[in-house]
Amino acid sequence: MNLGLFIPELSIVATAIVVVLLDLFIQRKGLLVWVSLAGLVVSAGFTIAMWGGSSQAIFNNMLAVDNFALFFKLLFLGIAALVILASVDYVSKFAHFQGEYCALILLSTLGMMLMAATADLISIYIALELTSISLYILVGFLKDPKSSEASLKYLLLGAVASAILLYGMALVFGFTGKTQLGEIAQVIQAMSPQILLASPALILGIVLLVAGFGFKIAAVPFHMWVPDVYEGAPTPITAYLSVASKAAGFAIILRVFYSAFGLPNWLSLDWGLIFAVLSAIGMTLGNVVAIPQTNIKRMLGYSSIAQAGYLMVGLATVGLSPVADILGRSGLLFFLASYALTNLGAFIAIIAISNKLNSDMIDDYSGMGKRAPLLALALTLCLISLIGLPPAAGFMAKFYIFSGAIQHGLLWLVIIAVINSVISAYYYLRVVKVMWLGEPVAEEKVPSSGALRVALSLSCLGVLLLGIIPGFVMRLAELAAKMFVF
Amino acid sequence: MSFNYLTTIIFLPLVGAILIAFLPNLGERLIKRIAAVFTFIPLALSISLFCLFDRSLGAAGVIQFEEKLLWIPAINAHYHLGVDGLSLPLVVLMTVLGFLVVLISWKIDLRPREYFAWLLLLETSILGVFCSLDLLLFFLFWEIEVIPMYFLISIWGTGRKEYSAIKYVVYTLFGSALMLAGILSLYFTTGSLSMVDIAQTGLAPLATAIPVVAIFFLLLAGFAVKLPVVPLHTWLPDAHTDAPTAGSVVLAGALIKMGGYGMIRLCVSIFPQVAHNYAPLLVALAVVSVLYGAAVTLRQTDLKRLIAYSSISHMGYVLLGIFALSQVSLTGAALQMFSHGFITGLLFAVAGLVMHNAGERDLRKLGGLARQMIVIAIVFSVAGLGALGLPTTSGFAAEFLVFVGSFSSTAVAGIQVYTILAVFGIVITAGYILWMLQRVFYSEVLERFNGVADADNLEKVYLFAFIAVIMLVGIYPAILTDVIKLGILPIIQGSGF
Repeated sequence: MNLGLFIPELSIVATAIVVVLLDLFIQRKGLLVWVSLAGLVVSAGFTIAMWGGSSQAIFNNMLAVDNFALFFKLLFLGIAALVILASVDYVSKFAHFQGEYCALILLSTLGMMLMAATADLISIYIALELTSISLYILVGFLKDPKSSEASLKYLLLGAVASAILLYGMALVFGFTGKTQLGEIAQVIQAMSPQILLASPALILGIVLLVAGFGFKIAAVPFHMWVPDVYEGAPTPITAYLSVASKAAGFAIILRVFYSAFGLPNWLSLDWGLIFAVLSAIGMTLGNVVAIPQTNIKRMLGYSSIAQAGYLMVGLATVGLSPVADILGRSGLLFFLASYALTNLGAFIAIIAISNKLNSDMIDDYSGMGKRAPLLALALTLCLISLIGLPPAAGFMAKFYIFSGAIQHGLLWLVIIAVINSVISAYYYLRVVKVMWLGEPVAEEKVPSSGALRVALSLSCLGVLLLGIIPGFVMRLAELAAKMFVF
Repeated sequence: MSFNYLTTIIFLPLVGAILIAFLPNLGERLIKRIAAVFTFIPLALSISLFCLFDRSLGAAGVIQFEEKLLWIPAINAHYHLGVDGLSLPLVVLMTVLGFLVVLISWKIDLRPREYFAWLLLLETSILGVFCSLDLLLFFLFWEIEVIPMYFLISIWGTGRKEYSAIKYVVYTLFGSALMLAGILSLYFTTGSLSMVDIAQTGLAPLATAIPVVAIFFLLLAGFAVKLPVVPLHTWLPDAHTDAPTAGSVVLAGALIKMGGYGMIRLCVSIFPQVAHNYAPLLVALAVVSVLYGAAVTLRQTDLKRLIAYSSISHMGYVLLGIFALSQVSLTGAALQMFSHGFITGLLFAVAGLVMHNAGERDLRKLGGLARQMIVIAIVFSVAGLGALGLPTTSGFAAEFLVFVGSFSSTAVAGIQVYTILAVFGIVITAGYILWMLQRVFYSEVLERFNGVADADNLEKVYLFAFIAVIMLVGIYPAILTDVIKLGILPIIQGSGF
């Protein structure tokens, strides 16, 4: 047992507690945001210091401390920091509960950091619930009818997903008698294929796990909650949900399926194909349904379903490739990083615009190129990145993840994916068109606060860097892809 | 190599674009001057590149002015630039057009800041395509071009501009999506992203999991949309017609050449055997493009649309020359790309002037303009005669080489028949060009055009610059063919046709 390796998480817990307590005593609530940010930075500092160390397991093999987990922890900390920065204006509108807002974001970040590290079915479930419950509250934070409806919907569907997940875990546990992922893998590998095939329990368990996790990553057909929740939630929380929650879902899927079900090969081929099919359906449905949307948050909701589809190309690659091959995993990690930056950038621009307009309708963005040229330029860059056009990060991410897929016989899936990118160009460019070609509805400029500008510049800079010189982050992703094996 | 010519040429316009976009408080005149400076220096550099280029036979297939840096280690991608005999003329073409379109756009007053920023970014991306020797870099530049073109058409265009712009984007992205799959397959099959290495080793000895034919056609799809080849051509008339004049000039002059360039550089160089097997099909498509394009052109009544459709027919000659697979025909195809760039660029430029000065583009309503616009009428006639391949214009040299090369090619059975059919395209071309000239300039004089102005001095400068290049290449084609030959020879030798 080594508490030293748990310091990043502990510092987040401490910050969350401090924020809640401070909220009781201080008048200038604006300070809370900066305290939270400081906590995130400290935690990130500890995480970076641990990078590159030898992989090990702590707390009776419940948690793994490896580059894979550290990569995701950094990603979540970065996302949380940007989201909190972007919330500065938003939070100041609330009369109450500013401290709780920050604390809940911190706690859900903690849950996600644990999700990336957990290596035991029980701790997986706990981390997942910690994340989800914080998010249920955050989604309903506005307390208006739309927000409350979104929260309730998210809670109910999330509860069902959790139940399915638990059922899947129970089946896997019943079949193998273990909850620790490494031990599950050993039991499965020791069995002969006949025994594995004789009982449907394992396969059924895996399918249920896919369904339970699929809810988190918004994979079709477990995506029903996405558009409503994205539309109803406070915009910073929508941004947070769309990137962090999704990344955490992918982290845990990678960990579970790679560690526990990576061998024998026919088994990983099976779940690889499940993900390939889900991927094809997901991106097609997400993109096609996004076309007629008129609300930009809803549109980005469907777009995130489609992006989950592209990400699942990576999961399918992991399933179809030999265990030693890292291309599928590193491609997935790189895609997640670039997707996080891109989508955050887009949402931050939307937050800035909707602060002024109080509207999320695409038509109201008309003439934004004249009213707020830099915001419009940033949003355009992020949308271009979502299409997957250079020089933005999305292009490199797609190139990298698809090149892995082609190496493992998924040419058909890649062709579906690239054609989907073309479809997606249509609705992303519609927003671009409205902003630059439309006549302004009003002459007023759209102002943006300093914090928002910093957050937006950081994410746009990231998008460009990852699109033009992605070598460094790709190297990190490659290192992180070498996961701890028990 | 002490001075990085190519990097400078490619990225100077981008620097100009960034300056124009982000420097505060720029006046309209200053913006235009910055644009002119940042396109003129690349032009001067590319001409000195053209002079410095080693033309000796020993330089055949040698990449000159090469620059190579490791770019993304994880996927073995390099920042790898270089020119050979095939790409150098196209680089010159683009830099010349890049400068001339800034002059052509001198009268733009709608949102000039964005306009010139996009125009310069467009130049960077097209130059990048012609200079890249790394597949990822090539594709990156290839894709960047879409966004500036989208804005140029949809903001500064005319007619159904938004429809044309999005149609252009969707067609291009569709083609390049398949091309991306092809590039990834090629990368997987060879483990390399270097065009030079892949072309040298070839694909034959490799046991491929993905059929070579599939990769060939995935790549070809992207290029065929861009060239365009009938039946993938329907974006072209819309985009060319509705784009602003400068947009049409770049589009017809340089952008669609990316398709022909890609076909020679990737499809023919890397897959000679597949290209040979499927040449009859592609040559037949070429003849269809020539004849269908020309026939449809005959029916046009809109000045710009007429020129746009004529491009389809002229690009058919390029396709014919490429897949006739002989040294002469390939040289002709490359020359035709260069020549068409200037001739059609000029046609669009003068058409733009006619539209601007006379305020009319419907051929049925125009007439007798030779009386008011003498210079424009002469220039238009020269460009038209170039388009129909009259000797002493570059059009003649190029088309002659394509026909001679194709007719005598041994690579494709029955090519003589196809060539003869394609020659009829010239006859139809003569028909529509002469008819157009007659309608616009020489039919009965219309009273309402009495006050129409001729070209002003700036316009005369760029019009004569176009004509000078067209005549120079027409009278002394060896200035280019000597260069092009160096790029074509290794392809022919490597394939063994």
